[in-house]
Order: sequence, then structure tokens, then C-alpha cells
Amino acid sequence: MAFNLTSKQQKQLQESFVEVIRKTSAELPQDVVDAVLEGLEQEAKDSRGEYALKIIQKNIELAKKKSQPLCQDTGSILFYVHYPRQMCGEMLGKIIRKSVVAATKKGFLRQNSVDSLTGKNNGTNVGAGTPTLHLEPWKKDYLDVRLILKGGGCENVGGQYSLPDSRVGAGRDLAGVKKCILDAVQQAQGKGCGPGVLGVIIGGDRSTGYSASKEQFLRKMGDKNAHPELARLEEECVREANELGIGPMGFGGKTTLMGVKVAALNRVPASFFVSVSYMCWAYRRQGAQVSNKGEIRKWFY
Amino acid sequence: MIQIQAPFTEEKVRGLKVGDMVEISGVVFTGRDAVHKWLHEGNDPPVSFKDSIIYHCGPVVLKKKGKWVVTAAGPTTSTREEPYQAGIIERLGVRAVIGKGGMGEKTRLACQKFGCVYLHAVGGAAQVLAEAIEEVENVYGLEQFGSPEAIWQLRVKNFPVVVTIDSHGNSLHKDIEAHSGKVLGELFTAISEKKAASK
Repeated sequence: MAFNLTSKQQKQLQESFVEVIRKTSAELPQDVVDAVLEGLEQEAKDSRGEYALKIIQKNIELAKKKSQPLCQDTGSILFYVHYPRQMCGEMLGKIIRKSVVAATKKGFLRQNSVDSLTGKNNGTNVGAGTPTLHLEPWKKDYLDVRLILKGGGCENVGGQYSLPDSRVGAGRDLAGVKKCILDAVQQAQGKGCGPGVLGVIIGGDRSTGYSASKEQFLRKMGDKNAHPELARLEEECVREANELGIGPMGFGGKTTLMGVKVAALNRVPASFFVSVSYMCWAYRRQGAQVSNKGEIRKWFY
Repeated sequence: MIQIQAPFTEEKVRGLKVGDMVEISGVVFTGRDAVHKWLHEGNDPPVSFKDSIIYHCGPVVLKKKGKWVVTAAGPTTSTREEPYQAGIIERLGVRAVIGKGGMGEKTRLACQKFGCVYLHAVGGAAQVLAEAIEEVENVYGLEQFGSPEAIWQLRVKNFPVVVTIDSHGNSLHKDIEAHSGKVLGELFTAISEKKAASK
């Protein structure tokens, strides 16, 4: 049986998507806020690191209160949606794009999509390749909607390593992977608006590696990797990266990295990529369960 | 916390050192990619930049009841202006540059020689920084450069920054990069040794 949404239900669904965008842009998920506050506790009193984190804390509170974008760069729009298989995916895509246009008009998103050849900005955030939609049908009768907004500053400092890498001295093993991760933090320095979080994929190809590294940002800050070796790698990388002393905004200090999330994809024998995506402290991620009539039932983060 | 009032003087600027946490009050001018390129080409700014502060920022500005209001105003990455900044500091007598991510050797040397500082704002803190802007006093080149790239003359109050390049040749960015690079080398050695020991 197909779900034929009435025009009223389609409108409701669009409104729910606009609300997901608003909340993502203005309110950091609680697990990220907690990680920022934990960092604040670590920094020495009256230090530059504490100064930066206090401003960040105030900004998080102010954006939520004013329901306005917490960073002026509302970034790349990355949707991850599961939807009932009876629902028309084409219609869903259309509704999501319309919700992006509406959310941009309301000021929840900056006019952020630029034609790479002409430099023109049509002001809607909808264009070739934007927004990014990952739509997957499933057996359940409701939608699972997740959204990440990723700013350009942190996107610019991501990196991909092809192992063996002689500059870093990284071979094709977990020790080599660890060197790549720590090198990526050192390369990013203060440029990615730290303290940040890394999403890392071992393996895959150049495109699947980067794509899946961003999906790691759907995980909660405090979760534990089910793979024991990767769980250990994550913990070690966070601890060691924080020994670098780069600190919040690169001002120096103890909180350089709040988390590392690693997963592995199969690879072809000739390739061994390590793909690292950097997420800034303005780690905008939200998700909601939406009924097949278009209503938000509950929030995930 | 050091409070400092714009316009700056060489004396005020020379009194600042790397690591100082500062709050600025007074006038700042926004300028990013298009403006820097244009000034670098030898054009004169529409208003004197002598002893002024340039802010690397593309603000979101809306007109409400006939008045300009800044709704978001965080810093943009400064390194893109590295090819132009030193020349602009020298030719126009700019005393301070606000941005994020730091700047390179050319700018560090220009700061030292001509008496200028680089002030690092907190990236992403769009709402806090917008609150520190009291008034839009003027806008120049709105047609020519477009809204985010135009020269906005803003009156700010207690705008929070950290001095990361001073006028005495010091750069916090250079120091932290060197320190973290040294620690990274030590971590790499430990990783390699641990791997060798497990064989």
C-alpha cells in the first residue's frame, strides 16, 4: 500500500523538516554542550583557553535563547533520512528541498550555496549538489530524520591519507592510522575552530571514505565503539591529541579535541585510505522521528 | 582583561603583547577578500584607514525600520588575506587586524615594522560577537562588493579578542605550531617504538 500524503500532510511534513533545520542551526545537542563544559572545567583559570570556551558557552546559550544560527556559517546541509518504503522518495526529496528554501527565507540558514563556475548565489541553498540528501527506504512506517550542518572552516581542514604515507611515516596498520589522525589534528591547528571532533574512516575509496567519515558525526559524544580495537584507538587519539597543547581556537590549552569516532570499510588490495573529517565546536546535529503523516514524534539527541 | 578604545595609536598598539586578552570598544571596519584585493591594487579606501581596525568578517546585516542591524558577525579565516595584508598595513597605516586562524610571516613582520597587531576573535561565536556591535555607522561599496564583502563601519563595545601577533615580532600561532609539532614528533616516536616492541 502506498502512502499518498494529502496536500495538508505534505505541508505538515515540510514544516517538520523546517523545524529540524531550525533546531539544528540554533541548538547544539546536549551531549556536545556537555563536552564543551567538560573542556571548560579542564582549562586553567584566567587562561586564554578558558576565555575562548566561556565565549563559546555564552554563544551556545544566546543562540538557543534567540533561536538564531549559532554560527554565521550554517555550512553544508547533510540530511540522512530513512523513510517508509511505500512513500515516494521523489516526493520526499522535493519536500526536503522546499523546506531548505523556506528555512533559508526565515534566516535559520545563511544563503550559502554558490555556483562554482559563475560565483552566483541564488539565495535558496538549493542547487547542483546542495543540499546533500541521503534517502533510504526501510520497512518501518515512520521516518528517521537526521541533519548535520557542517561549516566551511572545519570542512577545509579535513584530510585524506593514502597509506603507506612517508611524510607521516604511516604504514598499513592501526599504528599508521593513529599517526594520520594525530597529524590531521596538528595540521588543523587553530584553523578549524577547536575544540573539535574527528570522524575517521579506515579503508573504502576516496569518496566513500569521506562520506562515511561524516556519518560518524551522527554518533553521540559519549558512546563507545562496539569494536574493541577501534574503541581503544578512539580513546588513545583523544588523550594524545590533547597533549599537543593547541587548545580552544588554537590559543593554547588542554582541550584540543573532544572526541574521535572511527569506523572501517572494506578496501581494494591496492588502496588503504584514512579519511579524516573535522567537526568544529559548533557541532550542529539533530534528529527526529517523524510519523508518516508528517508530525515530529520525538527528538533523538 | 585589557580594555582598549579605538581609534588606536602606535603607542597603544606597542603596549600589547601576545596572549593578552582584550576587549575593544570603538569603530572597526569590515573587509574581506574583495576589499583586500581592491586595496592591494592601489585603490584608496572611501574613508581613511589611518590608525583603524580592519575586521575579517562578512556580517549578516538586515535593514529594520530603515536602520541597518547586524544579526551575525563572526570572523572569517584570515590566511586568505595574507598576500595583501602587509602592504595594506604599510600603505594605509592600519593599526589592528581582527580575524581567525592567524596570519603568516609577511603580516607578522609588517606588524613589527609598522606597529600593528593581529587580534583573534572566537570563530563561530556569531551571536556573542553580534551582541557586541552597538551600531552600524556606515557602509561603503555595498553595490560594488555586495553585502558580505562591503566595508561596514561598525561601532563595537567590549568586543572580545586575544592578541596572537604583536608588534614586537611575536606570534602565538608560530609558538603553538612549533610546540605541538615537537610533541607530535615525540608521540610518533612512541607509536613506532611500541609497534617495534610488539613484534
